[in-house]
Amino acid sequence: MELSRRQFLKLCGGSAIALGVSDALLAQLVFALEKAVKGSPAVIWLQGSSCTGCSVSLLNTVHPSIKEVLLKIISLRFHPNVMAASGDLAIKAIEETAKAADFYLVVEGSIATKEDGLYNVIGERNERGITMVDWMRELGKSAAGVLAFGTCSAFGGIPAAKPNPTGAMGVKDFFAKEKIKTPVINVSGCPPHPDWMVGTLAHLLSYGMPKLDSDGRPVLFYGKNIHENCPFRGYYEEKKFAKYFGAEGCRYELGCKGPFAYSDCWSRRWNNGVNWCVQNAICLGCVESGFPDALAPMYVNE
Amino acid sequence: MARKIIVDPVTRIEGHLKIEVEVDGGKVVEARSTGTLWRGWEIILQGRDPRDASQIAQRICGVCPIAHGTASVKCLDDAFGVKPPTNGRLIRNLIFGSNFIQSHLLHFFHLTALDYVKGPEVAPFVPRYEGKDFYRLDQATNAEAVRRYLQALEMRNKAHQMLAIFGGHMPHTAGIVVGGATEIPTVDKVTSFLWRLRELQEFVDQVYLPTVYLVASAYKDYLGVGAGCKNFLSYGVFDLDDEGSQKLFPAGVCINGQPMPFDPAKIAEDVKYSWYKDETSGLHPSNGATVPDARKSNGYTWLKAPRYEGKPLEVGPLARVWMANPILSKHANAFLGLSPEKEVRFRDLGEAAFSVLGRHAARAEECSVIAHAMEKWLSELKIDERSSVTVKVPQEAKGMGLTDAPRGALGHWISIKGGKIANYQAVVPTTWNAGPRDDHGNLGPMEQALMGTQVSDPDNPIELVRVVRSFDPCLACAIHLIDGRAERQAIRVL
Repeated sequence: MELSRRQFLKLCGGSAIALGVSDALLAQLVFALEKAVKGSPAVIWLQGSSCTGCSVSLLNTVHPSIKEVLLKIISLRFHPNVMAASGDLAIKAIEETAKAADFYLVVEGSIATKEDGLYNVIGERNERGITMVDWMRELGKSAAGVLAFGTCSAFGGIPAAKPNPTGAMGVKDFFAKEKIKTPVINVSGCPPHPDWMVGTLAHLLSYGMPKLDSDGRPVLFYGKNIHENCPFRGYYEEKKFAKYFGAEGCRYELGCKGPFAYSDCWSRRWNNGVNWCVQNAICLGCVESGFPDALAPMYVNE
Repeated sequence: MARKIIVDPVTRIEGHLKIEVEVDGGKVVEARSTGTLWRGWEIILQGRDPRDASQIAQRICGVCPIAHGTASVKCLDDAFGVKPPTNGRLIRNLIFGSNFIQSHLLHFFHLTALDYVKGPEVAPFVPRYEGKDFYRLDQATNAEAVRRYLQALEMRNKAHQMLAIFGGHMPHTAGIVVGGATEIPTVDKVTSFLWRLRELQEFVDQVYLPTVYLVASAYKDYLGVGAGCKNFLSYGVFDLDDEGSQKLFPAGVCINGQPMPFDPAKIAEDVKYSWYKDETSGLHPSNGATVPDARKSNGYTWLKAPRYEGKPLEVGPLARVWMANPILSKHANAFLGLSPEKEVRFRDLGEAAFSVLGRHAARAEECSVIAHAMEKWLSELKIDERSSVTVKVPQEAKGMGLTDAPRGALGHWISIKGGKIANYQAVVPTTWNAGPRDDHGNLGPMEQALMGTQVSDPDNPIELVRVVRSFDPCLACAIHLIDGRAERQAIRVL
């Protein structure tokens, strides 16, 4: 892993301010990071009941760039959208990585458990399909750790929304059911911010397990309430509410779920900082374990 | 003797796809395409607030969420009986255009190029299919292509940043809603969008297009590979007026090379070779039934076989560009050995257009057309004026939203009862392209394109994935939507 001090500072910028971490402490973290990491850890990235949005969000990382993530930070042995190999050659890449070394398992999408997992098949052996459930049993046990990227993988997400036709569930619930003890970090969001994914990876590789909240997410990124820190909060106090999209005022009456959501979107902002959901429209609360059902309907606060 | 080749998973596409072919005498004589993930999205949409559909539907696909968002808000506009103001139409176009650019750059440089260009000698670029003559670029050209692969990673990221100026957040935009768009245009947003757009126009014209033709000139045989069905469909995309009567790429159908007007009533979906009950075959999507029959012995996929007057139609850039028939870039002239002054249109390519390279060229050429059209839309924005109208959820209503995704014709249908979603249906591009045989045994467009393909080494079937990837398949879209009203049923995927 070669994450330069400057890149790491940029990556941590938003959250450092949010958490009140002093610059001096941050510099210490960076030096430790540079010393601690040697070689690129092997990563297997599986997509279960997913839409590929988390992978696309990862491609949007700016500091470090995705080029550096791919070429310097991790050794991405299997990724359905990025890897050169297809078919048996791709499946062999999973099997050899799992046999040979410590590896991290990234899971994008939830795990469809009904009908013995047949709703989701990834590759085959001897003309028999290997289900996502099979892969999770096999790789879940042997992985050094699991990064559950995205709300589907963390909590089930939309595939698990009612009536949950495929028995979809997040990694932690699946592991609890299967009695698999491998540690899991949830990096929720629909999709998660690229900084949350790369930052969690950086934390894990350099300092070990980050401090997690009660939903298994790094406090570093998910520690603060959106509404309490929202730049539109002043309008709320004055009871000035936007009546239509783009109007001046707090977005609560348009359905904004900021009061129920915990993440640093309000300071980090999205897509290289050009905008974020509340400024543009409303927060959907997509980082929360209850998304989407517990936060529905989206455009109303009842 | 025929030999079976299975490619599962087909990587560097969106979603979960398996390809199975039989090869005899080095040529494909049988082809089947199978989708291997089902999520039940339409069932999940039932009973929800109709306004939420545009957010939930976007999450069908993280590569083309804007396509689903656009089809969905058009469908809701129709059901709610509202018309977005000019700013709403233009901002929707700008958001969708940004996503087209992003999607096409991603497809060519990051999903497809590694079938022609050797990546760096580290994971995830190795292992790869290896064989004689697989990677034909000389060392220096290949190195330049890899540099452009990396540069394109930054450029597609910029396209998302540009999108977020009006979209708020990407993937999955906050910025399009029933009744219009959410951002009110201001001078700073327009300016900030424009500079990014100019940079992307330059990249498309000076890097994307020439790279496509550079690769094409080393693989000219692929002008004769992967023809497909040569029949096309587009629902049209990018409204040029508030009534939606004029579009940048017009709606249309083209049978055996002949353009004709599009009549949605002529669509029917066959299921003889899909895992659904035979008696549901041949129905129009608006009254279609979806009753799974997982143990049906001749079924081999969860995709249905949509047909137009009984014919398979290809959708996507090749369909749009064949029908719109724009003047091609000067890079095309150079590739064809013609003087830069000569005006060459897409259909001048003739039969060679129906090919793997024809699809890549069509995609790149339309990307440039869109990138330049966006600048005009940006200039038409009415500064500081609202982009949406206020809407009220109807108690009972029906709506239809038709558009073209980067990958082709996309339609959403909604039925609202008691102010909630009673039914939601979508027919998506990859169902048209990657669907199976119909009841009469006619192969789907992608299956047809695979037929006759030469496979030099069954253990490294690079020719097959080159054909498949030229369609830019998106299985998350195709599979999650086909099972609208089905109750939970026992299923068998393989």
